[in-house]
Amino acid sequence: MSEAPTKKKIASFLARHLRTAELDGDEDIFAAGLVNSLFAMQIVLFVEKEFSVTVENDDLQLDNFRSVNAIAGFVARKQAALAAS
Amino acid sequence: MKIELTDQQRENQQRFQAFVEREVMPRAEVYDESGVFPDDLALAMGRAGHLGALAPVEYGGLDLDMISFGLQNEAYGRGCASARSLLTVHNMVLASVLRWGSAAQKARWLPGLAAGQSLAAFALSEPESGSDANSLQTYAVLEGDHYSLHGSKKWITFGQLAGLFLVFAKLHGKTTAFLVERGSPGLAVEAISPMGGCRAAMLAELRLDGCRVPAANLLGRPGLGWTYVANAALDNGRYSVAWGCVGLAQGCLEASLAYVNRRRQFGALLREHQLIQAMVADMVAGVEAARLLCFKAGYLQEIGDPGAILATSLAKYFGAQNAARVSGAAVQIHGANGFSRVFPVHRHWRDAKVMEIIEGSTQIQQMIIGRASAAG
Ligand SMILES: Cc1cc2nc3c(=O)[nH]c(=O)nc-3n(C[C@H](O)[C@H](O)[C@H](O)COP(=O)(O)OP(=O)(O)OC[C@H]3O[C@@H](n4cnc5c(N)ncnc54)[C@H](O)[C@@H]3O)c2cc1C
Repeated sequence: MSEAPTKKKIASFLARHLRTAELDGDEDIFAAGLVNSLFAMQIVLFVEKEFSVTVENDDLQLDNFRSVNAIAGFVARKQAALAAS
Repeated sequence: MKIELTDQQRENQQRFQAFVEREVMPRAEVYDESGVFPDDLALAMGRAGHLGALAPVEYGGLDLDMISFGLQNEAYGRGCASARSLLTVHNMVLASVLRWGSAAQKARWLPGLAAGQSLAAFALSEPESGSDANSLQTYAVLEGDHYSLHGSKKWITFGQLAGLFLVFAKLHGKTTAFLVERGSPGLAVEAISPMGGCRAAMLAELRLDGCRVPAANLLGRPGLGWTYVANAALDNGRYSVAWGCVGLAQGCLEASLAYVNRRRQFGALLREHQLIQAMVADMVAGVEAARLLCFKAGYLQEIGDPGAILATSLAKYFGAQNAARVSGAAVQIHGANGFSRVFPVHRHWRDAKVMEIIEGSTQIQQMIIGRASAAG
């Protein structure tokens, strides 16, 4: 499956909630100080709802959530694991 | 769009209301006065399955949808805020174990919590750390196969009765969540009493003096206790409190309507005086508005929408202030009787003020809502 629609959904979710212009794919939202703990939890809820995956304890690593590309990669890995099981 | 309960939700609502009217309301005044929550009431709540509201059926829970869980909290809130606060903290811990627990942790604790055989308490606040909850000073050190916890926790609802505590402590400087069993070596539980509101909520202070906690009792991941475990639990607690506030205000409204239909002054029933009608109208509008905010938050929670967190904060913010306003009006309408212990509005009024302090005070909700709304 193409990653483009996934990335687009993620980018527009982040842009909507962070009220920024569309982010670059690799722009680090944590380093930019854009994320508080409320939003960190909202990202988890968004990923679970939008892509029908479950975020487990071991998935809660900044590297999975720090940018549009990171989240898209994480979602792709989860969906692949789900499809394989 | 449709705002209407399903048959199942209505059935749940009636069941919860009937239980509260039978088991809670007739004696709420008495145990509030004594400051001691009746053991047999906690047991009855457990037997009725009410303490397993959010647990899946496989663990013996009711697996309620979020609207039904809200209606349960409203039903309890209408009767007694102390009893509702047991639902709140117990479910905060239960939901945390469900969301972040390992398979072994779930198997170990969820059945007992769902059945109400063991009560749970949420231990975040400390003597020097309240609204700024992540500034907590309690810390944990790994020593072989266990952690040693040092520090103290204050204002812990149902801490006097809980068998399991969800305790937050710094591990390498980062907030981490631990499941601490009553009776753990180094844990002392001291009652805080008397309180001015939620008098039967069995508050306790916990002293953790090198409290020994098995390494397997760390909940979630090290360092993620604040961002994920505490915040998700507080969101759950806020939802419960918001609905509890609707119930509290509803109880005050009902008591006031009965009173204005009975009490006469200046040759007329109170309800015939326009200034009383104005108060009643404001009460009705407030209760309706608070309930609708709760329905919205519940709907968003049910579908897992990211906007649920803010909607819940808003429902709690408005609901707590509304409960304080409506209960104040109810005391006013009752005149001197409102200050006697014969009418429950006095208790509701005291309890309502607590709602503006707990689960993130009114000011903290203003910060959350204001920042999120004005960002960018
Ligand atoms: C009945 C009851 C039950 C409780 N149960 C529990 C429990 O089960 N578990 C638990 O962990 N804790 C519990 N608490 C503690 C509760 O969570 C805290 O009281 C609450 O977080 C507020 O902290 P504080 O009392 O230290 O007030 P403080 O944080 O010292 O605040 C004092 C005042 O300053 C305001 N304030 C603080 N910071 C700001 C700011 N930045 N801007 C503007 N105003 C601000 C507050 O809103 C408040 O009005 C309970 C408290 C009560 C009263």
